[in-house]
Amino acid sequence: METYTWLRAFADSWHLLFMFCFFIGVFLYILRPGANKVHDDTANMIFRNDDKPAGDDSPPSTVRHDEPKEAR
Amino acid sequence: MWDYIKLAVLGVIVVTAAVAASMARDLPYLVHMLVIIAAAVITFIWTIRRIGEPVPVANPNEYMDGPVRYGVIATAFWGVVGFLVGVVIAFQLAWPELNFVWAEGYLNFGRLRPLHTSAVIFAFGGNALIASAFYVVQRTSAARLWGGGLAWFVFWGYQMFIVMAATGYVLGSTQGNEYAEPEWLTDLWLTIVWVAFLIVFMGTLIKRREPHIYVANWFYMAFIITVAMLHLVNNLAIPVSVFGSRSIPVWSGVQSAMIQWWYGHNAVGFFLTAGFLGMMYYFIPKQAERPVYSYKLSIMHFWALIFLYIWAGPHHLHYTALPDWAQTLGMTFSIMLWMPSWGGMINGLMTLSGAWDKLRTDPVIRMMVVSVGFYGMATFEGPMMSIKTVNSLSHYTDWTIGHVHSAALGWNGMITFGMLYYLVPKLWQRQGLYSLRLVSWHFWLATIGIVLYAASMWVTGIMEGLMWREVDAQGFLVNSFADTVAAKFPMYVVRGLGGTLFLAGAIIMCYNLWKTVTSTAERSPARAGAAVPAE
Repeated sequence: METYTWLRAFADSWHLLFMFCFFIGVFLYILRPGANKVHDDTANMIFRNDDKPAGDDSPPSTVRHDEPKEAR
Repeated sequence: MWDYIKLAVLGVIVVTAAVAASMARDLPYLVHMLVIIAAAVITFIWTIRRIGEPVPVANPNEYMDGPVRYGVIATAFWGVVGFLVGVVIAFQLAWPELNFVWAEGYLNFGRLRPLHTSAVIFAFGGNALIASAFYVVQRTSAARLWGGGLAWFVFWGYQMFIVMAATGYVLGSTQGNEYAEPEWLTDLWLTIVWVAFLIVFMGTLIKRREPHIYVANWFYMAFIITVAMLHLVNNLAIPVSVFGSRSIPVWSGVQSAMIQWWYGHNAVGFFLTAGFLGMMYYFIPKQAERPVYSYKLSIMHFWALIFLYIWAGPHHLHYTALPDWAQTLGMTFSIMLWMPSWGGMINGLMTLSGAWDKLRTDPVIRMMVVSVGFYGMATFEGPMMSIKTVNSLSHYTDWTIGHVHSAALGWNGMITFGMLYYLVPKLWQRQGLYSLRLVSWHFWLATIGIVLYAASMWVTGIMEGLMWREVDAQGFLVNSFADTVAAKFPMYVVRGLGGTLFLAGAIIMCYNLWKTVTSTAERSPARAGAAVPAE
């Protein structure tokens, strides 16, 4: 019972606060300045490497707009 | 050497299962042991015929699409089986005489109902999720599937889980927990397969060649991990005997009920929603040839969905022995869930902005868009039904069944069909689908089927709820339960008809996909259409 009481008190105080802050933090992180480039690149990644994996010669760079079918 | 170890292990499995079969305390356990023997013998013969042959070298510059192809076939096959059983039990409800006396105890409604739900959710949906997860994680990681033959183990192991679960249901081996019916032996097997699935998926992600993990993979990851957690906690049980299928659950009373619906609702949330959202975020942009409308919104969708969904389960237990605060918590989180769900729906639909004309020409994208529409509709209806006052009318009625089916047939079914239409020409290197006309036929049959199904269940559900609460001037209940059953008959027939249309659409799809593989021209190796700009 002691364990329950302690866990219960912790769960709806500090842990609740932690989860709330984490959640808000995630949203702020998504909206951080400079994320646009990364997000645009990631959103377009599905149009690359459709038929075979990336070879050793092609570096996994974030910006590689040489492939066609890239909707801008 | 490895082959000889494999043969020895398979031999031990066969002998052990044979001994267990001879000691079996009940029929389902005996059948499960025979299934295990059959599977081990087949694998043994398959291995021994290949012994001493040079090991085929996996080319790291090729994607591993074998398990995906098999998964696509299994999805279509189990889909038709699951829909067929659904149509049978729908008509069994309309005409109870269809519970034939000779099949009593095997093919009556009570035995077939879990067979239907598990066949459509775990066999059809599960195979679609595993196949698409393997396909998407390779393309978005630009890496071959990790783990060599482990992906094959996941595929065949999962089919064996389905066979064990299905035979168990028909023979009456069940824990009695909705969507968690399989008994301990089947549960343990699924755990092994699921861990292998997680390892293959994570291994591929870890060796990815792209710097970022595409959002679809986040959804798939949440789906795999959360389903593992739910499965383990809800199925904690102690077997009565290692030679019998029965087990005693660890949880009891209201805790048991709460854990069951924590499991049950998150099976909806993470199996039927998060996993299928992974499909949505890959296949809709691919079919529309445009990136997702807002990548930021998709990440927010992910985090908000997983943070909120996990708390919504108590809304299945309104007005029960569950503490009031827990019921209110479940209701509140269910209502909050409306927001991320609609955020995701808007994101999916708006991916077509600037390409709406494709809706006119491409029935596959039409299917996907309708699917997202049903996602939006169901995620509005669900929060509404979780409100206690609405729930007091809707609970235990067929409104719930209507809600589930508009979501499952509309959202999960349609997005899976769209995925199959996208994947089959890709996987078998075909130039395109055999017939777009047949896709249109499928689209309309399925859509009309869903509308008939959902509308009849709404009508009959609300009617039933109102009849149950109707009291006369003296305060006596007006209707007996049998009165409501009699009043529901016409709607039951319409529901069965809707299901039949949906099944007919799925059969047309199977024919179309079969002809696509066998009778259309092969795609030229120099990627056809590579020069076509996507505006």
